[in-house]
Amino acid sequence: MTRPGALAFSARVLRRQLVLAVRRPVEIGNPLLFFAMVVALFPLGLGPAPAQLSLFAPGILWIIALLSNLLTSDAVFRGDFEDGALEQLLLAPQPLFLSVLAYICAHWLVTGLLLALVSPVFAVMLHMAPAGIAALVLSLLLGTAVLSLVGGIGAALTVGLRRGGMLISLLILPLYMPVLIFGSAAVQAALSGLAAGPYLAILGAMLCLGMALAPLAIAAALRISVDA
Amino acid sequence: MWSFFHKLGSPPWLYAISGSILRWLLPATLLALAVGLAWGLLFTGPEARQGNSYRIIYIHVPAAVVALAGYYVMAIAGAVNLIWKMKMADVAMKSAAPIGAALTFIALVTGAIWGKPTWGTWWVWDARITSMLILLFLYLGVLALYEAFDNKAAAGKACAVLSLVGMVNIPIIYKSVDWWYSLHQPASIKFIGQSTIDSSMLHPLLLMIAAFYALFTCCLLLNMRAELLQREARTNWVKKLAVAADSRG
Repeated sequence: MTRPGALAFSARVLRRQLVLAVRRPVEIGNPLLFFAMVVALFPLGLGPAPAQLSLFAPGILWIIALLSNLLTSDAVFRGDFEDGALEQLLLAPQPLFLSVLAYICAHWLVTGLLLALVSPVFAVMLHMAPAGIAALVLSLLLGTAVLSLVGGIGAALTVGLRRGGMLISLLILPLYMPVLIFGSAAVQAALSGLAAGPYLAILGAMLCLGMALAPLAIAAALRISVDA
Repeated sequence: MWSFFHKLGSPPWLYAISGSILRWLLPATLLALAVGLAWGLLFTGPEARQGNSYRIIYIHVPAAVVALAGYYVMAIAGAVNLIWKMKMADVAMKSAAPIGAALTFIALVTGAIWGKPTWGTWWVWDARITSMLILLFLYLGVLALYEAFDNKAAAGKACAVLSLVGMVNIPIIYKSVDWWYSLHQPASIKFIGQSTIDSSMLHPLLLMIAAFYALFTCCLLLNMRAELLQREARTNWVKKLAVAADSRG
């Protein structure tokens, strides 16, 4: 059997992760359900007045996207760590950088991408003006990819720890904050008639930086966690 | 040069050399702190608009400056540990984290105390203040991660990765007052061009900044010595030290 090249290998990793996700459709639905439930909390907590809800809608939607990304990040490597598949991945001759990127890409496809696509529904439920919807979807598409990359670092650092759940939030929430700032600012700019482009460009720059550097950190962290 | 580098890896040598540095650095630091505080608090004139409340800068600014620098110390020590597997760098990184967190906390608290009479509020969600709060969270995250690992060698490496990732935030904090129009005033001390602070206030402030750097170094060395003793508790040189200390009474 010939050894697959680096790109073919990471494509296989990506396919495997997606197949694993598709075989458990409920787990793909869970973050969306979480999103819907937390959206429902805000009218209950803040009161149902449309003026107030529409004022806070960009921030609310972005914070919920951030939280659901945070909660799903914890599991990115956990299953493979527990059954030993991760150790095999580290031993494989193909570069870990690309296979880690495939894991993160798969995570984004089943969480961030879907959240961004369904977010207009929730935006309408929170009475957000239609002017902001395009910016919301675009900023979520770019921003959740950054969140997945950063979340992957937290997941890789805590994958070997039994009590990882709370810890991962403490580690990566501070790093999520810049994404939140520019993501919700993009939506707010669009809502007040300003250009969302500059904010989206900064999110895109963050994504480039994250794609170049985060896999290095994730790969190093995975080696540390597996060695421990 | 290389022998110095190799000696850095030796705990007894580091313990001895840090002891002899502290013997003069600690008194010098305390003297500089006392002189700087007395100079700033008693012997400079009040500020034209803020009166006497501005004097908190003699604590606030040095604490904030050294809190940022401390993060670099922690992250670079972590990187050294990752790259050259130097255990003493791990000791330095672990020892720097709580000091940096404490300094960040001091900067935030003194800022709040000054903000109440000056801005009329304890807290504003301003770019610099928020990013300093994030710095505190980063420090506390490193401490929390270190505690979560049972294997301390892995803990050191994991914290090193985390602190390197968090370093992205430091230039943002540093530049936040220049990039965003914020309530926090821009930097008054400039290396290029004229500083926007009167020299009668600048000189005690510079002394206090130097004193805080020295204080950070003292705390770091003291913390490292304690950590070294704890890690090396079973080795002969620590036992000898303990016996010697015991016989001295």
